Amino acid sequence: MILVEAPGLFTTVQDLGRMGFGSIGVSPSGAADSLALRAGNRLLGNREGAAALEMTLAGGIFFFPNGAVAALAGSDFNATLDDAAVFPWQAFHIRPGGRLRTGHTRSGARCYLCVRGGIEVEPFLGSASTHVLSGLGGFQGRRLKNGDILSIANCQKTEPKPHLALPDVLMPRKTLRVTDAPQSGWFSEAARSIFYGSGYTVTEEANRMGLRLEGPAIPAPGGGQMITEGVALGAVQIPSGGKPIILFVEQQTTGGYPKIANVISADMSSVGQLRPRDEIRFERVDQSTARALLGEQEEAIRAIH
Amino acid sequence: MADLPARFQPASDQCLLVSFGDRIDPAASLRVRRLLRLLELNPVRGVVNLHPAYCSVLIRFDALATEHGELEALLRPLLGNLDKVPLPESREVEVPVCYGGEFGADLADVAGLHGMTPAQVVARHSSAAYTVDFLGFAPGFGYLSGLPEELATPRLPVPRRSVPAGSVGIAGNQAGVYPFATAGGWRLIGRTPVAMFRPDRQPMSLLSIGDRVRFRAISVEEFAE
Repeated sequence: MILVEAPGLFTTVQDLGRMGFGSIGVSPSGAADSLALRAGNRLLGNREGAAALEMTLAGGIFFFPNGAVAALAGSDFNATLDDAAVFPWQAFHIRPGGRLRTGHTRSGARCYLCVRGGIEVEPFLGSASTHVLSGLGGFQGRRLKNGDILSIANCQKTEPKPHLALPDVLMPRKTLRVTDAPQSGWFSEAARSIFYGSGYTVTEEANRMGLRLEGPAIPAPGGGQMITEGVALGAVQIPSGGKPIILFVEQQTTGGYPKIANVISADMSSVGQLRPRDEIRFERVDQSTARALLGEQEEAIRAIH
Repeated sequence: MADLPARFQPASDQCLLVSFGDRIDPAASLRVRRLLRLLELNPVRGVVNLHPAYCSVLIRFDALATEHGELEALLRPLLGNLDKVPLPESREVEVPVCYGGEFGADLADVAGLHGMTPAQVVARHSSAAYTVDFLGFAPGFGYLSGLPEELATPRLPVPRRSVPAGSVGIAGNQAGVYPFATAGGWRLIGRTPVAMFRPDRQPMSLLSIGDRVRFRAISVEEFAE
């Protein structure tokens, strides 16, 4: 079990999300950086989708009365185990009575604390993911707070992998590759030049639902309104003010703003590592390139064994 | 019924958007419901999620298992027989609403915009018959058509940061109820004490696509019960 002595800024239980409930308005949720979660679980010999703690910008302090085998995955949160430094991408043993402290990030927005066996919570629609907006799933449907006690699922005593050297294709990027979206053709050539030629800054309004960007305004067609339709993960919406919004893992399932582009699947984990004030750019690729990049990434993650 | 040709567009590298025209109308809505039903009853390989809307269905697929062209080729033949897909009987759902006061912060403004009294707005809103065109936005949020023309009201110029759960709102000619406290730009005219979405209930969502909905005015005392 894990006793939460300090929760950190925003820590939730996440797995790979719940797919298939879009028709009742429930988005998949799941880890903001799913590659990190999968790699962390693979290091421990867990199944890829085992539930872990997703920490955001600043992590918490966790006490393990019975010990555990754990790994940190994603950004470097300045962690120490009983006062010795621990780094992401390596599995480590925690003695009974051990205490893991994580601090402020040194790199991106999110770090996962994975434990051998995975975090055990009551599933909601087949997933352990916290859906923050609706207060469902995860640990009591909410972010963790002081004094929470989490269970670790029983597991086989597999020997964890040694340190993992992260291949380039799994590294977070600041230039996000995008494909066209259903309304890309509605935007003028000038509007698209602004979008692809400018840097955009991630604002403080960046969370699991979406990220609002600051930067040169893009003239929105149709006054920034259209008939509501289903929206894809990673959709880049342009509302009437012209400032882009990237829809993220806990997205609304439908929306009424025109979309200029859509972040490719292979770069969604990079979105999960973006911090407020990060500057990003967009690069247009075609569907076959997007597919090839996803395939490459999948191969790299499956090579962790 | 007009035969609306389907249009297929990649929405992302893992989503295909199927649209039936570009207008909100009952014929398009019916095709959406039939396609949704068809894909729910006969799962297509690689399809992992479905997002219905007024005149479109967004289909998410496993991009490692299939791609846009292959999926379109599988779906096209199915669309020819869409009109034969039987739909489940529409249910009648009554949603009790305590109108105005602290529960419906925009009722007076809505009445003012239409030169009506708040009581007239309530009378019209609670006597109309609505249809759930689809569920979207948030868990259990039904987009209802059937709002009387004379109540059609633009969204708030600046959305609220937080709308209380159960808020009954209107936006343009749409009506709806917020299941959860979320940000929102709809004009709020009342609130329901009924849970629109409950994980311990089957079905979890009070509203299902195609349901007929009526609102019934209740007092503050009834709301409290």
